[in-house]
Amino acid sequence: MTYEVPRTADEKDLDYRQDGRSQWPMWEVFVRQKRGLSHVHAGSLHAPDADTALQMARDVYTRRVEGISIWVVRSDQVVASDPDEADAFFEAAAKPYRQATYYRIPDEVGQM
Amino acid sequence: MGIGMTGQERFEQLIASDEKVEPTDWMPEGYRKTLIRQIAQHAHSEIIGMQPEGNWITRAPTLRRKAILMAKVQDEAGHGLYLYSAAETLGVGRDELVEHLHSGRHKYSSIFNYPTLTWADIGAIGWLVDGAAITNQVMLTRCSYGPYARAMVRICREESFHQRQGFEIMLTLCRGTPEQKQMAQDALNRWWWPALMMFGPHDTDSTHTQQSMAWKIKRVSNDDLRQQFVDMTVPQAEYLGLTIPDPELKWNPERGHYDFGEIDWDEFWRVVKGFGPESRDRLAHKVRAWEEGAWVREAAAAYAAKHRKEAA
Ligand SMILES: [Fe+2]
Ligand SMILES: [Fe+2]
Repeated sequence: MTYEVPRTADEKDLDYRQDGRSQWPMWEVFVRQKRGLSHVHAGSLHAPDADTALQMARDVYTRRVEGISIWVVRSDQVVASDPDEADAFFEAAAKPYRQATYYRIPDEVGQM
Repeated sequence: MGIGMTGQERFEQLIASDEKVEPTDWMPEGYRKTLIRQIAQHAHSEIIGMQPEGNWITRAPTLRRKAILMAKVQDEAGHGLYLYSAAETLGVGRDELVEHLHSGRHKYSSIFNYPTLTWADIGAIGWLVDGAAITNQVMLTRCSYGPYARAMVRICREESFHQRQGFEIMLTLCRGTPEQKQMAQDALNRWWWPALMMFGPHDTDSTHTQQSMAWKIKRVSNDDLRQQFVDMTVPQAEYLGLTIPDPELKWNPERGHYDFGEIDWDEFWRVVKGFGPESRDRLAHKVRAWEEGAWVREAAAAYAAKHRKEAA
């Protein structure tokens, strides 16, 4: 496949350190595409500080005016829910009576 | 996670139901390593891929072409960065990825080890190399690993410009003087076979393809992708009035595809093993740029540290 280099007989399987080390911290980039829309996660990048992160985010994620506003947040500042607890945490999904389609309205009533 | 389901069962269920695997999900070590290798190679290819084209920025024939070429090369840098970020979601550090490229433990696509001898090569690269890349990357937007698939969606949106600007260069040359048209033909002659090689070995010789297909990292085989590319490109060459350098190339009405000749697999493996015409220079140039830029990275880090202290 295009960018994948076929294995040669002498290729060694690498063990990756998994320490995630990088000279500069990582930042998450959020871009607002246009007025009236929310900032949406676009990706991440490494930068030494917030000002540089903003400039880099502009170059990496908005080369074609994909945005009119950017937020950057240090990745280690993001607090995430536990994926292993997702079922218990999001049990609201099991309450169908919170959905509009749960309620049967006779056709004669029309659009509701 | 379903009640009582192991990580392995959950992973297999995600793959079977065509859902995406995300960084926080349990995944087999082989899946993780295969992805790191592939995404890193892809990222390295985008970065090294800036060199053959960057070579012509100062010599672009017009200001318009120069602006276009700079935008394209900048896009390739962007593609490299999206992909490094995707690889990092698998736990590997950016520094480590760069080290592996510089030490030669990680490879990049062989196509970038060929030289760009004339301006027509810039046209041929956009048309053929980016064309081949699109064929491959469209498939990868459906890859089972979420961050890789999402990076591909972003990249595919940008690649179409790359291919079209290349074709436009070829078209301009083909409508120019006989010498210019000959330049275009010469570039096609040199880039056609390396472009077909981009799709990798035959399916029958591609040892890891089956596992990658089972994991849905890869969704179409090398030979099928290569056929797609040939079928798409032959009519475009005809439109340009150029001849594809393959005497065996012929429409096969029974198959509904073009038949084409055999790739020179000796050359293929020679370049993969690091003996391409530009292999040594490409990597040396990359390492030199990294080393000469060290003071910039250090200064930026020192500046950030100083301001953090002031703010505290
Ligand atoms: Fe690219
Ligand atoms: Fe490209």
